[in-house]
Amino acid sequence: MVVGELDLVFHALADGTRRDIVRRVIHAEESVSGLARHYPMSFAAVQKHVAILERASLVTKERRGREQVVHGDLAGVRKAARLLDAYEELWRHRAAGIERILSEKGVD
Amino acid sequence: MAVIGSHKDLDALTLTFVAEFDAGVERVWQVWEDPRQLERWWGPPGWPATFDKHEFVVGGTCRYHMTGPDGTKSPGWWTITAIEPPHRLEFDDGFAGEDGEPSDALPPTHAVVTLEAVGDRTRMTTVTTFASLEAMEQTIAMGTEEGTVLAMNQIDEVLR
Repeated sequence: MVVGELDLVFHALADGTRRDIVRRVIHAEESVSGLARHYPMSFAAVQKHVAILERASLVTKERRGREQVVHGDLAGVRKAARLLDAYEELWRHRAAGIERILSEKGVD
Repeated sequence: MAVIGSHKDLDALTLTFVAEFDAGVERVWQVWEDPRQLERWWGPPGWPATFDKHEFVVGGTCRYHMTGPDGTKSPGWWTITAIEPPHRLEFDDGFAGEDGEPSDALPPTHAVVTLEAVGDRTRMTTVTTFASLEAMEQTIAMGTEEGTVLAMNQIDEVLR
């Protein structure tokens, strides 16, 4: 993932409302007007949040009749999680290095 | 060594990593306190670290660089923000410029290390909080690139 993409993902996830939207639509699709009912803000404001999430590939949106239906994009969410996985690997590597040093005789 | 577990908080960009070592707390503390031991395990795979400065006191600074497989040097720094030997260490960890001095380009990562005795073993918990996503990516990219090179070398060996 290139840094530009990453910025989009993390900027998108940096907002509580947007994280809540992602959680809801990963569980079950919801229309923008349905989502707007959950938050004390205008339809337009919610639509803006959805657009930011869409640019970051965390949700997808499709028009169905008069409604815009929002789905969670699991691949996008996993991409963000993958970075933390990679960092966990680094710590596993470090812990193995510490273990090697501790098992040597006469170091201390 | 046993990795007891890890927890990733995607919202807070925090990784908690817990490992247990078959050694006392004082002994595990040394791998942080002694720069010669620290540099043997701090760098990502294929990027050994060298600590040129290691002031292990509150407010102290450390300067280090990691050397990649092609000789590329990646300088970094720590500022120690809390220290309670042999149980607790907190520091900011950031990238540095060519001169080894902290660069403002990327905000530092904050690390909290806790060592506690569990019987005659030691449990080490590290909580890393990323202030910057690019910093996280840069940290990870180093190890990952080298991982790919290692994997390619292994394929070469098999084919030889």
